Amino acid sequence: MTAYVGDTVPAGDQAAGGGDVPAIEATGLVKRFGATTAVAGVDLCIPQGGVHGFLGPNGAGKTTTIRMLATLVPPDGGRARVFGHDVVTDADAVRARVSLTGQFASLDEDLTGAENLLLLARLLGYSRAAARQRTDQLLSAFGLTEAAGKQVKQYSGGMRRRVDIAASIVVRPDLVFLDEPTTGLDPRSRNQVWDVVRALVRGGTTVLLTTQYLDEADQLADRISVIDAGRVIAEGSPGQLKASVGSGTLHVRVLDPARRGTARELLERVLGVPVAEDGDPAALTARVPEAGPAARALTALEGAGIELAQFALGQPSLDEVFLALTGRPAEDAGPPAPAPPAPDPEDRR
Amino acid sequence: MTALDSAPPPLAAPDTAAVLAALGSGERPRPQGPLAASATFGWRTLLRIKHVPEQLFDVTVFPVMLTLIFTYLFGGALAGSVEAYVQFFLPGILVQSILMITMYTGVALNTDIGKGVFDRIRSLPVWRPSALVGALLGDVVRFTLASVVVLGLGMALGLRPGGGVVGLLAAVGLLLVFAFALGWVWTYLALRLRTPQAVMGWSMMVLMPLTFGSNIFVDPATMPGWLRSVVEVNPVSHLVSAVRGLVHGGVDGADVGWVLLWAAALVAVLGPLTMRRYRARA
Repeated sequence: MTAYVGDTVPAGDQAAGGGDVPAIEATGLVKRFGATTAVAGVDLCIPQGGVHGFLGPNGAGKTTTIRMLATLVPPDGGRARVFGHDVVTDADAVRARVSLTGQFASLDEDLTGAENLLLLARLLGYSRAAARQRTDQLLSAFGLTEAAGKQVKQYSGGMRRRVDIAASIVVRPDLVFLDEPTTGLDPRSRNQVWDVVRALVRGGTTVLLTTQYLDEADQLADRISVIDAGRVIAEGSPGQLKASVGSGTLHVRVLDPARRGTARELLERVLGVPVAEDGDPAALTARVPEAGPAARALTALEGAGIELAQFALGQPSLDEVFLALTGRPAEDAGPPAPAPPAPDPEDRR
Repeated sequence: MTALDSAPPPLAAPDTAAVLAALGSGERPRPQGPLAASATFGWRTLLRIKHVPEQLFDVTVFPVMLTLIFTYLFGGALAGSVEAYVQFFLPGILVQSILMITMYTGVALNTDIGKGVFDRIRSLPVWRPSALVGALLGDVVRFTLASVVVLGLGMALGLRPGGGVVGLLAAVGLLLVFAFALGWVWTYLALRLRTPQAVMGWSMMVLMPLTFGSNIFVDPATMPGWLRSVVEVNPVSHLVSAVRGLVHGGVDGADVGWVLLWAAALVAVLGPLTMRRYRARA
């Protein structure tokens, strides 16, 4: 039951088209942990370049899907190809092109930041001297030169994330999996991580990012797969997802609360939709399909001599999108019906 | 680019232009081969010893304690005198000490699994067993250190190795080979069990009968017949006999053969089993 939004092409249809092989192509991916089905048939077709967001609440199956795509867990059903290489039969080729940053920093906490990078650089084939050079270059690019000699366990959350991402690009990967890269970070560190993600994309890397933060998906992702209960329930650009909810919201506050009634009648006539009176005695809210009628409505208010203290036309938030798609808010992690507490594979560690 | 250049990043923040430059290098060396990768992972184990020297505590203090307790507590009763017992017992306690600390390999691996670094390592394009082989090789350094401690203490207590330096080196070498092989039991357990505590508990359950049900502490001739037959097939007994022979001179080649055979069998059986768990570990 995947609701494709906008011009999304179902997985598989693009492969034959020549040109770029999709970064990720998956059909019917399934993963079970005992009685729990963590991933219940995920189809994906993610082109090369840009940021693809996996958006969903905790336990939706985002991490498990990523772990299957990164060859860390074999799928129980379905198949997936990364740059045309099967994740099961050709796992080595996949591993040579991807890099994974887990939900919690994928670093050796007892080692220093520099040692972590050095270790990876050596394993990935740099000579001793080249590895040291590469490590220094990355540390300085990520603003970590001063912390280089400290153990990672002494790092702040933001610093950990930065070393972690630096570790992911010791050799430039074609595809980076970032699993909740900003969970638990303060706003400033979060912005820094976002900058790095944008830099990765400009450098030609495809980024697959999971997040439970709707504004993060909105900020970074070119396309979003909304995942819930182990399935992709919608897919599209942030704009398409919002458009699928059907409307934005016009919010006005009249200068003189006594004239609110008049304003409301006028708005309803121009917009042709019900207008709600808010708790605020001067405020009115209406759902509008697009910007045009809203502009006409504001002009009409001005023509009628109703002065406004404030007006705003907002797109629906992704929160509203999630609510519209699943019938429940995104922040509500639990399934809609009360279910026995099952072991949650996403929270395993 | 101007937007990037016009706003110099604050101190200790990622520099977007520099990140781009780092990405731009696009260099793609060939990943390390199996041996080099194992050596690199071994180096990681040594780095961890450097940063967490506490982990050498059990390597040094535990064998010293065991040696002193057994020598002075039981030495007189078991062999008539402390000096006489040291000659018999020290090669045994050397084996006991090293085998006991091998289980920390499993504990360390299980701790690793609990952290994200395990995923990172498994997603690297290097020979997959190298992470485990490397960890075991790194631990061999710890075992060597413990051997030196025990043998040094033994000499201070009156050990007179008739086999000379060559005999001592050969004894330690053989012991390290067996310890490396036994390590695969713990890596396998580490991948099967959920917590480091469980790994430690299971390891003890294996090690206790394995070491005490051997000829480490007493001559099996004093044991009831059924127990003696168990003790005689115990690989640890062969190992202890071989180590005793090498330390004092006059080793029985059959014992050495058995030890090497057991070591090969352990790696041949548990290596693939471990790697299967390693690949499938969710």
